[in-house]
Amino acid sequence: MTAVVEKPRKAARSKVALSEGKRQERRLGWLLCAPAAIVMVAVTAYPILYSFWLSLQRYDLKFPGDREFVWFDNYITVLGNGYWWSAFGVTMLITVISVVFELVLGMGLALIMHRTLIGRGLVRTSALIPYGIVTVVAAFSWRYAWTPGTGYLANLVTPDGAPLTERASALAIIIVAEIWKTTPFMALLLMAGLALVPEDLLKAASMDGASAWQRFVRVMLPVMKPAILVALLFRTLDALRVFDNIYVLTNGANDTRSVSIIAYDNLMKGLNLGIGSTMSVLIFLTVAIIAFIFVKLFGTAAPGAGDEGKR
Amino acid sequence: MPVKLKWGLLDALVVVFAIVPVLWIVSLSFKTTATLTDGNFIPREWTLDNYRTIFQTDQFVRALVNSIGIALISTLIAVVLGTMAAYAISRLDFPGKGLLVGVSLLIAMFPQVSLVSPLFNIERQTGLFDTWPGLILPYITFALPLAIYTLSAFFKQIPWDLEKAAKMDGATQGEAFRRVIAPLAAPGVFTTAILVFIFCWNDFLFAISLTSTEQSRTVPVALSFFTGASQFEDPTGAISAAAVVITIPIILFVLFFQKRIVAGLTSGAVKG
Repeated sequence: MTAVVEKPRKAARSKVALSEGKRQERRLGWLLCAPAAIVMVAVTAYPILYSFWLSLQRYDLKFPGDREFVWFDNYITVLGNGYWWSAFGVTMLITVISVVFELVLGMGLALIMHRTLIGRGLVRTSALIPYGIVTVVAAFSWRYAWTPGTGYLANLVTPDGAPLTERASALAIIIVAEIWKTTPFMALLLMAGLALVPEDLLKAASMDGASAWQRFVRVMLPVMKPAILVALLFRTLDALRVFDNIYVLTNGANDTRSVSIIAYDNLMKGLNLGIGSTMSVLIFLTVAIIAFIFVKLFGTAAPGAGDEGKR
Repeated sequence: MPVKLKWGLLDALVVVFAIVPVLWIVSLSFKTTATLTDGNFIPREWTLDNYRTIFQTDQFVRALVNSIGIALISTLIAVVLGTMAAYAISRLDFPGKGLLVGVSLLIAMFPQVSLVSPLFNIERQTGLFDTWPGLILPYITFALPLAIYTLSAFFKQIPWDLEKAAKMDGATQGEAFRRVIAPLAAPGVFTTAILVFIFCWNDFLFAISLTSTEQSRTVPVALSFFTGASQFEDPTGAISAAAVVITIPIILFVLFFQKRIVAGLTSGAVKG
């Protein structure tokens, strides 16, 4: 409430000539933000522009003498390549399936963490373990669990197969590993939204005879909408980056490469900077487009977008 | 008490879901070479050999030192820069504030793999490749949005009237920040430090692309290169033991600071 009262006053103040204190405040503001802003821009904006520049060249570290400016030839090469589209499809598949499962499971976990009558601390502590654990560690756990002979899951579920060596089952395991690792993060973001649901409203609905499901759909979900959208946006863009799990579980064998894996392979195994940079730019554009669609479709529910205006 | 029983069962389900994969890697790390591939969830023969092995190999010890050093330095710098920026964002009125918030949001969503090729080349040319600063720089960059968001959320809850009072008593803005606000902000800063540390500790993509030797390789990367004591030895036990070692700090954070971590992750994300 106070912020609402304060705002117009601030606006009015800024119209008159800046006082000495005001100017000092500005200078301090810039001074305090400058280091963070400089680091962030220097390590992201400059390399992505440099990446675009590299993507217009034939630049293979194995044949440095052949470096040449080729305009958009690299893009034609990548976009006409079956492996790229396979990786693109795999990335989308993993993203969509894992985010959908995470949303449902995360909502359940959020409700449990928020409303459980007993052992709340225990539940929250355990849920943080997948969030905090190093992805590579978790991936090794899943890999050994599904290794024939060694693993408890392999012996139990697929006694006479090697699930990590077949495309469909390997992808399923990658998705399970992703879901396990990030459902708690999703749940925590959703729990923040859950905390905004007024208890009175739930009680009133309950007295009016609304069932638990009706209370969830009619009362909780509308209030939680911004939180859900933020969680979806964050997790979708995060899932698109999937790398660690695939690297450890299959290393991209049997067409399980994601775009991150294929870009990495191109750089580290192929040493082809031109093609690698082209993929970098394409991945960047994909993410930018998806983020843009999200914001356009669902309004500016993203944090920061309307940070001050909303208050 | 059917209601409590219902919650108890749901709780148990969550706990099992969360810790079974962790217990499995712990179990593997204690198995002897002979029983390593028996597929039993609980080891039949227990041994500490795997831990002895990894602490005797330079490959792991160096990586552990690198991991700790790089994560701590990155955390320190990211939290200091983040605190400065978050203070300005939550307290001061200056043009360009929205832009900074927007930029950090963009970076939070930035596909890190897009930076791998260009950073690889830039670092190769500037001599940063395969050094600590070569990893610390991208870590700070991607930790900053997290730090700025979490800290701004914490800072918005601080009773800022105290700052005004201090200024009225003749303190400058800088002094008010140091003497009055900093102590109040300490818990939020500490929580942010934990979150940032977890982020740096976890990274694999940058670590595997921007390093090439033991000089700066971190544990997650070293794990993926483990081959066992000899070429023909199965590295499963050693990898599991190393995996358990780097999970210990995470478990400690979670056990001791569960409330803070939950508060930090939920406050930064959604503010209604």
